This record gives sequence, structure tokens and C-alpha cells, in this order.
Amino acid sequence: MLAFILRRLGQSVLVMLVVALIAFIMFRYVGDPIASMVGQEASSADREALRQQLGLNDPFYEQFFRFITNALQGQFGISYRLQQPVTELILSRLPATIELAFTSALLALVFGVGFGVFAALRPKTISTAAIMTGSLIGVSLPTFLIGIALIYVFAVELQWLPSFGRGQTVQIGWWRTGLLTESGLRSLILPAITLSLFQMTLIMRLVRAEMLEVLRTDYIKFAKARGLSSRAINFGHALKNTLVPVITITGLQLGSVIAFAIITETVFQWPGVGSLFINSVAVVDVPVMAAYLMFIAFVFVVINLTVDILYYVVDPRLRVSGPARGH
Amino acid sequence: MTQPVLSVEGLTVQFPTRRGILTAVDDVSFAINPGEVLGVVGESGAGKSMTGSAIIGLIEPPGRIAAGEIKLHGERIDNVSSDRMRKIRGRKIGMIFQDPLTSLNPLYTIAEQLIETIRRHLPLSHADARKRAIALLDDVGIPDAARRIDDYPHQFSGGMRQRVVIALALCADPDLVIADEPTTALDVSVQAQIIDVMKRLCADRGAAIMLITHDMGVIAETADRVAVMYAGRVAEIGPVEKVIRSAAHPYTQGLMGSIPTLSTDEDRLTQIPGAMPRLSAIPAGCAFNPRCPKVFDRCYHDRPDPLPHEDRRVACWLYDKAEAEA
Ligand SMILES: Nc1ncnc2c1ncn2[C@@H]1O[C@H](COP(=O)(O)OP(=O)(O)O)[C@@H](O)[C@H]1O
Ligand code: SF4
Ligand SMILES: [Mg+2]
Repeated sequence: MLAFILRRLGQSVLVMLVVALIAFIMFRYVGDPIASMVGQEASSADREALRQQLGLNDPFYEQFFRFITNALQGQFGISYRLQQPVTELILSRLPATIELAFTSALLALVFGVGFGVFAALRPKTISTAAIMTGSLIGVSLPTFLIGIALIYVFAVELQWLPSFGRGQTVQIGWWRTGLLTESGLRSLILPAITLSLFQMTLIMRLVRAEMLEVLRTDYIKFAKARGLSSRAINFGHALKNTLVPVITITGLQLGSVIAFAIITETVFQWPGVGSLFINSVAVVDVPVMAAYLMFIAFVFVVINLTVDILYYVVDPRLRVSGPARGH
Repeated sequence: MTQPVLSVEGLTVQFPTRRGILTAVDDVSFAINPGEVLGVVGESGAGKSMTGSAIIGLIEPPGRIAAGEIKLHGERIDNVSSDRMRKIRGRKIGMIFQDPLTSLNPLYTIAEQLIETIRRHLPLSHADARKRAIALLDDVGIPDAARRIDDYPHQFSGGMRQRVVIALALCADPDLVIADEPTTALDVSVQAQIIDVMKRLCADRGAAIMLITHDMGVIAETADRVAVMYAGRVAEIGPVEKVIRSAAHPYTQGLMGSIPTLSTDEDRLTQIPGAMPRLSAIPAGCAFNPRCPKVFDRCYHDRPDPLPHEDRRVACWLYDKAEAEA
């Protein structure tokens, strides 16, 4: 187990180094950092001084090493656009994105698993047909269309829910949360549904397919032959076996939920990291873009690692390195 | 006369398909007495497993019991509620399947699966159920049972897993155990041991066994009586030594001509020329007529039912009284 975790940790560090390299190359060579930092009117002597001071004349590997040391300390430079430290910017935007992403992932997981199990256990009912048809719409419509449709129905026509922003927020330490006020929660509903829909249908279809598969296995037949209750068979035996792939997919999806949040955040003017990124791309604010790239990579790596460990916890077959065979 | 543990009368199992109704089990009748071992043999597709599934009420839809009665201790169990049936399965009738590698849930320890089943059927505390589980594992010959009980299925070999499956089938002391090819998937070297364990444990507990197999050798060594199935019907049923020594039905005679020593050769039963017809293409008259060396006119028109002949029943026109007199 420890060896396994260490090996996976090693791989994670490697992945992060590669991403850091890409981010660094972008940071250093896309556009001219000096031009972005000083105005047009600075003299070439001033520029050269600044270049020297920032170490831009140092050899590549020294600069890269400095980039990584800084990154490890959470320093990604100053945003060209907002003239604020990038880390500060991202941290201030992070709570909005995380609250949105986790609410969506939770919605997707709860309803995805629920609908999936229902569809597998009651394959020939009208409700199942409705769920399956609905899920087709969920996977095929682009996120921004769903978002706009929801805004049109619930914000414009019915005027039940706000169409943009986070509503009122409360500051707790450095974390600014929208989960504690009514307007914050109301603001969260539409974007969370929008962001969750795709993952929800994905999870639902996966759970249904896996569950149908598992229900056909010999051990389920044997569990029935032992006279176990339907509840024990469906949830204790069948659902637990479908969870292994579901955990993997859901975990990986959480990464893409955070990445996909860009679209939803833009549609709903949600003040998260995603909309920060989009605004930075528009003006080639390279430090922010580089930091965002590192951030998303970090999220994926951490989630992957967690998923692998969870996998380990759920599936005993992975725990023993070689099967200790009886005779 | 003692009442049989199980009696099956006129059991018929059908599958509606797009090309019409298929009859997988056709008017099958037999009984099993307390403590008796009934062997059921026949080629693959003869309807052996389907008969077993019908008895424990686990036929997969759209398959269904179209006719007949199944009685446990004289009471019908083929038309009871699914709730009632769940209390019979595992408690009154235990089942052992062919493949021990896939019969156990990979995500639970042996202890969890045994205790769950024991407590489902018997009013025992968790601790008592665990004691019972360890004793059972001991009985089926798992060495160091008290320690191994907390292992997962993948930590056992195939033979050991089948012992665990036997323990699971027996954990609520059923009156009947249906073993569907319990050794077919196992290494030849452990097949005899598994059959021995199963037979000994059932004998100790007075449980009857319905032993489904295509291995005549196993039947010869294990069963008290044997039912030979062909194309969904019983061809011949009677005491095992009689059937083996003087097979009456031409199909059984063919089987006996090819009795091997214990081995795993799957095709052993098909040494009679030809193959069993598919369900959708069963010939009129006797289903065996295309392969039968003794076929005559009547076999093409009338379907023979298993009728008493000496101390057995045989479904063959050769033994019809009227035929013999003619
Ligand atoms: N779902 C199904 N639909 C149609 N026919 C089936 C189905 N399941 C099994 N059968 C048929 O039922 C017959 C009996 O099968 P089975 O009892 O498994 O045979 P055995 O155990 O003797 O090898 C076979 O011919 C098989 O093709
Ligand atoms: S009834 Fe006819 S075809 Fe069938 S087994 Fe007897 S002799 Fe052969
Ligand atoms: Mg079979």
C-alpha cells in the first residue's frame, strides 16, 4: 500500500513538473513580460535594468528552477491586467469555483447514482424510459445552451431565481462563501444544475450499465440462491460492485467539472477562477494563464491520487500484492 | 412410505421468443427422498440447469414455468410469493453453482458472506453466527478456518473457493442441496475431494442432493438414483446401479458405452453420433429418433412419456406394453 502510494506520488510530481515546464515556457516566452510590466514610454536602459533585475537574462534552467521554487511558495508573479499578485487573485476567486464545482458534483453524484440504480432495477417502466430520454438530452446539448435555457425559463420568464452573480456572500477567514445567505444559495441553483447536468447523465448511464452488468453475474445469482433480501442484493452486493468504476469516473469528472466551470461561470457571470481565466485570455495576461494551468493540473493530479487510493479501499483485490493462494 | 423432500410433477419451462415459444423443460417429473442423492445427467442444453433454477424459483424472465407443480415436503413452492420463496432459498434449499471463481462476491470477506447468510435465516447473534461460520469452514476442510475466514475470495484457490460455496449453501441446514455441475470448472485433481466433502456434509445433516452433472463417472460413484435428461425431457430415471448396469433407454445405453474414468473431457457425452437438437428444431415423435440405433415407425409420430419399466421409468416406445405384445 505504502509503496503504491509512493509510486503514484512520484508519478504525480512528474506530471506537475511537465505542466510547470509548459506553464513556464508560456510565462516566459509568450509576449514580452517587460513590455507588459512597464509602459510604452520606458527607455531601453530602464527595460534592460528591469530585465537584469528580474533575472530574465539568466540561463533557462536557472529561470525554470526559480519559477518552480516560486510556484512551490505560491508565487506566480503579478497580473499584467490587474497589477495584483496572481496567487492572491486566484485565492480570492477560488471559493466561488469550489462551491459551484462541489455542489454540482454532489448533485451529479446523488441524482446520477439514484437515477442509474432506478433505471437498472426497473428497466421496463415509463419512468425509466423518461429518465433515459432525458439523459440523452443532457449529454447532447452544450452546457451554455442549457444555461441560457435555464436562465430564460427560471430567471426571465418565471423570475424565480437570479440569472447572474453569487448573491450576498459572507467572509470566513480568507474564504468568501455564498452558502450561508439565502440570496447566495438561490444564486447557486441555476449554475450548479447547468454544470452538473452533463456529469449527472454520464454517471447515470454508467451506473445503469454497470449495475445491469453486475446483476447478471454469478455472485448475484448465488446471493439470490442464498435467499438474501432484494435490498441486500441490490444495494449491498450489486451497487457496491458498480461503485468501483463509478468512483473512478466521478473523481475524474470532478476535475473536469472544475475545468468546465469556465463555460458555466461565463454564462452566469460567476466570479470564479474560470471567468478570471477567460478575462485574462482576452488580454493575454500570461502570469494568470500560467498559474491557472498549474492550478487545473494540480486539481487533476490530486483527484487522480485520491481516486486511486479510494479504489484501493473499495476493492480488496488490489490490496494484496500477489494473491496468497490457499492450496 | 416417507414423504419425498422434493417432488416435481409435469414441470414445463418455456421461453417466449420472437420465433415462437421454446420449451426448455418439457413435462419433467421426479422426486427426491430425504437424504437421497439424485444424479441428473445429460448433454449440455438438455435442460438440467433450467430444472434446478425452476426449483429454487430463479428462472430469468422472460422464461417461466408454464405448467407443472414443484412441492417441498408436500407443499407447493412454484406459486408462492417471492418473499416466501426468499425464505425457502438458502434455508430449505441450498444451491451450488458451477464456477466457484465467480460465485463469491469479490468485495466481501468470506466471513461477511457467511455471516450475512446465516443471520438471514437463523436467529443468531453476530458472534454466534461467526462461530457457526468457522465451524462450517472447518467441516468443509478449509485449514486454519478461524484465520482464513477473514480473507477475501481471491485469496483462495478454486477448490478452496468451492468449499466455501458449499459452506454457504449449507449454512442454514437446508433439506435439499442442488449442485449444478459443482466440479466442472475445477482442476481434475480436486474434483473428487469436492464431491466427497459435499456428500459427507449432506449425509451428516440428512440433506438430500440433486447433483447435476454431465459426468457419468461422478454419478456412478455418488448418486443413489439417476435421471437422464434429453432435449428437455426425462429419458430414463431409476436406481443408479440398475441404470448403469442395464441401461434401458437407447440414449442411456449410448452414454454407458462411453463411461470414462474420472476426467474432465467435456465432450464425453456426445460420443453417440449426431448432436442433441436445438430447442427450435426438436423432431416430431421421440426427440432422440435422429440418433437412435433402434428407431422404428412409431418413434416418428408419437412422443414417448417416461413409463414404469421394471424398477425405473423409461421414455421409449421399445418398452411400451402394447408395443411388446404386438
Ligand atoms: N433466456 C433463454 N432464452 C431461450 N432459451 C434459453 C434461455 N436460457 C436457456 N435457454 C435454453 O434452455 C435449454 C436448457 O438449458 P440448460 O438448462 O442451461 O441446459 P443444461 O444445464 O442441461 O446444459 C438450452 O437449450 C438453452 O438454450
Ligand atoms: S422411442 Fe424410438 S427413437 Fe426414441 S429412444 Fe425409443 S426407440 Fe429410440
Ligand atoms: Mg447447465
